[in-house]
Amino acid sequence: MAPLGSRDALPGGMNPDLASERLAASFSVELLTASLDGGAERTRGRRAIVEAIESDPVFSQENQYFQSQNEKYEAAVRRAVYLQKKIRAMGWTQNGPEVQDICRCLSGDIALVLHRVFMRSISVLGSDKQIAKWIPLATDYQIIGSYAQTELGHGTYLQGLETTAVFDTATQEFILNTPKISAMKWWPGDMGRSATHTVVFAQLYVHGKCYGVHPFILQIRSLEDHSPRPGVTVGDIGPKMDFQHADNGFLLLQNVRVPRENMLSKFCEVQPDGTYVRWGSQKINYFTMTSVRISILSDEAIVPLMKACTIAIRYSAVRRQSKLKPGEQEAKILDYQTQQQKLLPQLATAYAFHFINTYLHELFNKGYQDIQAKNFDSLPELHAFSSGFKALITQHCTSGVEICLRACGGHGYSLLSGLPSLYTRIIASCIYEGENTVLLLQTARFLIKCFMAASAGQRVPPSVTYLSSVKSGKCPAKDKSDFLRPEIYLKAYEQMAVRSVTKLQHLIQSGVDKHDAWNQCTVQLEKAAKAHCHYITVKNFVEAVENLDNKAGIQKIMKHLCDLFALHGIFSNVGDFLYDGHLTAAHMDLVTASYLDLLAVIRKDAVPLVDAFDFTDKSLSSALGSYDGQVYQRLYEWAQKSPTNQQGNPAYDKYLKPLLQNTLSKL
Amino acid sequence: MVMNADLRRERAAATFQPELLTHVLDGGAERTRRRREIEALVINDPDFQHEDLNFLSRSQRYEQAIRKSALMVMKLREYGIADPDEIYMFKSFVHRGRPEPLDLHLGMFLPTLLTQATPEQQNRFFMPAWNLEIIGTYAQTEMGHGTHLRGLETTATYDPATQEFILNSPTVTSIKWWPGGLGKTSNHAVVLAQLYTQGQCKGLHAFIVPIRQLGTHEPLPGITVGDIGPKFGYDEMDNGYLKMDNFRIPRENMLMKYAQVEPDGTYVKPLSDKLTYGTMVFIRSIIVGDSARALSRACTIAIRYSAVRHQSELKTGEPEPQILDYQTQQYKLFPLLATAFAFHFVGTYIKDTYRRISADIIEGDLSELPELHALTAGLKAFSSWIANAGIEECRMACGGHGYSRCSGLPDIYVTFTPSCTYEGENTVMMLQTARFLMKSYMQVGSGQRVTGMVSYLNDLTRQHIQPQHVAAARAAWLVEAAAKNLQAELNHRKSKEDAWNVTSVDLVRASDAHCHYVVVKLFTAKLSEISNAAVRAVMTDLCLLYALYGISKNTGDFLQANILTSTQLNQVNQRVKELLAIIRPNAVALVDSFDFSDGYLGSVLGRYDGNIYETMFEWAKKSPLNKTEVHESFHKHLKPMQAKL
Repeated sequence: MAPLGSRDALPGGMNPDLASERLAASFSVELLTASLDGGAERTRGRRAIVEAIESDPVFSQENQYFQSQNEKYEAAVRRAVYLQKKIRAMGWTQNGPEVQDICRCLSGDIALVLHRVFMRSISVLGSDKQIAKWIPLATDYQIIGSYAQTELGHGTYLQGLETTAVFDTATQEFILNTPKISAMKWWPGDMGRSATHTVVFAQLYVHGKCYGVHPFILQIRSLEDHSPRPGVTVGDIGPKMDFQHADNGFLLLQNVRVPRENMLSKFCEVQPDGTYVRWGSQKINYFTMTSVRISILSDEAIVPLMKACTIAIRYSAVRRQSKLKPGEQEAKILDYQTQQQKLLPQLATAYAFHFINTYLHELFNKGYQDIQAKNFDSLPELHAFSSGFKALITQHCTSGVEICLRACGGHGYSLLSGLPSLYTRIIASCIYEGENTVLLLQTARFLIKCFMAASAGQRVPPSVTYLSSVKSGKCPAKDKSDFLRPEIYLKAYEQMAVRSVTKLQHLIQSGVDKHDAWNQCTVQLEKAAKAHCHYITVKNFVEAVENLDNKAGIQKIMKHLCDLFALHGIFSNVGDFLYDGHLTAAHMDLVTASYLDLLAVIRKDAVPLVDAFDFTDKSLSSALGSYDGQVYQRLYEWAQKSPTNQQGNPAYDKYLKPLLQNTLSKL
Repeated sequence: MVMNADLRRERAAATFQPELLTHVLDGGAERTRRRREIEALVINDPDFQHEDLNFLSRSQRYEQAIRKSALMVMKLREYGIADPDEIYMFKSFVHRGRPEPLDLHLGMFLPTLLTQATPEQQNRFFMPAWNLEIIGTYAQTEMGHGTHLRGLETTATYDPATQEFILNSPTVTSIKWWPGGLGKTSNHAVVLAQLYTQGQCKGLHAFIVPIRQLGTHEPLPGITVGDIGPKFGYDEMDNGYLKMDNFRIPRENMLMKYAQVEPDGTYVKPLSDKLTYGTMVFIRSIIVGDSARALSRACTIAIRYSAVRHQSELKTGEPEPQILDYQTQQYKLFPLLATAFAFHFVGTYIKDTYRRISADIIEGDLSELPELHALTAGLKAFSSWIANAGIEECRMACGGHGYSRCSGLPDIYVTFTPSCTYEGENTVMMLQTARFLMKSYMQVGSGQRVTGMVSYLNDLTRQHIQPQHVAAARAAWLVEAAAKNLQAELNHRKSKEDAWNVTSVDLVRASDAHCHYVVVKLFTAKLSEISNAAVRAVMTDLCLLYALYGISKNTGDFLQANILTSTQLNQVNQRVKELLAIIRPNAVALVDSFDFSDGYLGSVLGRYDGNIYETMFEWAKKSPLNKTEVHESFHKHLKPMQAKL
């Protein structure tokens, strides 16, 4: 069981509708939690950290749904500052597994996140001398950093950035300018109000020649009174759909000078006389960008989907509406097939992504070791992986969270349900760290290249060898139970992915103009990239299930989820699977039948399956999703705390009273 | 500011006059003129100006909305605007398409009095409510009950001794929850409660309940009322809760035009309960129109922005292209643009049909109502789901800037998305349509012919060449498949209800296909009514795109049903891509024809003149975090940290 105190207790105890769900579990929830964490020891460690943070009133999120932008920002700064003290007091390490647990626990509601990116970019892009100078200052928070790349007019296309850094040999300085409005830096986190420094990306000019985009360390605010430095105009970019706690900023530069030593110079340098020198390989930097995309997936996409599933499934077991049979009690909405068809595939997706995420992390750790050993062979594949999976996972998790929100009826729209904020946060993940469409097209480019190489008999990376080795053929399934055999559905996925890629290769080569041909095929290219990543996800889920311990019913329930994930993918993309005749219309009826059967099977374990994610009530912050299922009591109590009920009603005296007393003309 | 050069070029290259298409959308040049006249009354009125809502707190937004609503009531009378459509228009301009605290008073409380109150009750309540001495709301939904009305738990028990009803909210789940304007604004509510008289439950009835003291606005003894807290949008609306403890109202406060309770407690049954249908049809037809409008706004913003925004390279060495030139961007936006027009025409069709048959309804002829009711339930769900997803697609098509509130898109989304749930939860709506489809299918099976929108079920084997027929064939196939599966489940000796539940995924798909067919059919029918050839040509392209895109999105159904072959589907996909290129030059002119003013659109990215970046900067400078040059958090938290660590 989870430690005491991690669940809020209301009088009335556990809702009997949830209690009965838990009694019926076919597997051990605690063992599944341990398996998800990577061992019982890790589970214990994580819970200890969660307990330490959640029991500390400074980290209380009790008022989060009632705060203004200013209040949220201030609270996030307060938490960030206090967290540094807490980490030291508790003896947690800055780079160990604790950080991961802390992040999950605080769910990103914290300021100074970009400070870490600032430090990482100096460590990766800076010379030893620069690292020695800046990293200690940043570690002690003598300076607060940000990372200024995106401009008002430029995001995706880095070469198009318009900020300039012109080298002045006379003073040995770079002169930084944002020459027009679209060149203004726009969006960088922590820059609007908090940061004193930033790494700014600008087009380097020496003696009138442009050398492309380079990073510079720039002080933007006074270390005395925090006022902007001369020539610097900086501020907050205004309210967003969410991330109200974050001061995403703008930055205008007018002839701001930084010393020559402030250009980050691990790979290149401007010498005092203006000579531009480049050395070493930038591939390691390329690897950093790529691995960031993988590192955000868990906290920013998969965990939010798990939380949304927890809330929606627990609520669906408590909420009763309408009758399935006349004369009976109103049914739990989780018993309606349409509700199962909304929620259970999302649950299966959350598990599928948990496993693929583990796989990707292992892959990248290995890649990092290779690269340390100066072996860059795996880079293109890793890049394709990071682009494609970042897009696939953020997109599926986003739509999953929205489905959960809408499956909770009216109450889902209350902020107190926790679902709207999960949604407005996660949707940003489809855009940041690479816009999803752009990323999928990068993966598609890799696939086409590999396919052509393989066709020409060259060696290709392991993840794409299937493109050239698959023989087409008919699916041998005869009965609906055949579609519960992984080799049957894996084959279907494989065929579909291969067909998506091979079909395109002809189209692209047939065009007269290469660029036009590419643009004319992008809709299908995007699809091909998704098909590839979807296939890999199913395959990995199958393998992960095979490797699970066959005890306490865990492997069995995971197998069901894996089947559901695979069949839901076919059920939702029938056209793509029927196209080349590997599956027939008759097969589709079998897939549908198996798929619907699985919904009823997994329904029985739905609540234990979300319990296994092991979120505390505090981290869910949901009146609908709490462990004890006292939904209505909590909703009523939380609503009373709303400022609209705690403060007077100025609108009454000013407007309603004259209106009601029919003195409209005095308004 | 001068117009952005890209947008000027786009407009010059259009093959038709947007003004003429605007007339088609409004229903004639005269209507366009009048709409603009009404909008001018609002936008040129300094009383309706205020700070950007994005910078205001929830309480401030509520206060602004109340202020404007109070003014609005006065000005409507001053201008003598009394036609319901024109009132709706005026209100929409005042609140820029956003909800406001008097919505339920105007849209539910007053109409309920009109249709369900006796003449005596009209005298007592209607005129005071019309004059806003009484502000009312409509309290139906409870914390534990929404969809299933019969499950409501609030009770009204008749006490013949005092000739009063005693109202109670006996459990937490019975607390009224969500009604708009209930939290802080209203002093009365129409409350739906289970009527008990002479020891028997007579089911749900409506009662007029005073909740706040006139003069002080304090809750009355026995009444607990308040705001339900912050939501996903709807900041200006005080959705409320209401708990009643032995609260007594006179017998005459039960709405008794139909059912009655006599002084001694004798219950008199109403004649028919089908009349409530009419109101539901009307409100759902409005939601179809709302879907069209919300999606049109989102398309206007995304398409204008995509014409102004340049990014990356299509060809090495060339300048960065407008992002509207990327096929993936066109594929995201143009089908949605076509959908916005389609929904507009469908919304108008339902409203007109309802008007046409409402005369019959008053005469007591309800024969056409069931089909219209079944159709609007499904179309409400179909259109709101697609518009909801479409708005998000438009927002994401605007990249990072779409996520800023200055784009207007987050606001359009959060304002629109509850319509998937209110006035009938969408899945439940789809299943209502499915019930009608199953009934029609059975009729055909028993040798009867069916008429209207389901007549395609009469002949399940004809050839399909035109997109409209192809859409009908898909619907027919899915209806048939659902009906057969339902029968198969019944044959497994399952109860009727179990069989329905385990077939409901199929049933929703059948309804979805049916609705898609109806939209294609109505869009196609509209084309012949457009007199200007250039406008008709561009609408024909959009209509074809709508139909073919629907096929390409559901290729599985067509292959599985053997309606189209893989080769034919390849041709469909190819044609969709060609249509994207054909529509591209008219994209900006098409959204211009929606004729949204910048004030109404509320978007920096969607400005008519395209001066996006300058305006964004000006907007950001007014943001709350920028009120002081150094934020107080620096002195409170950051500076001490730097000193101590």
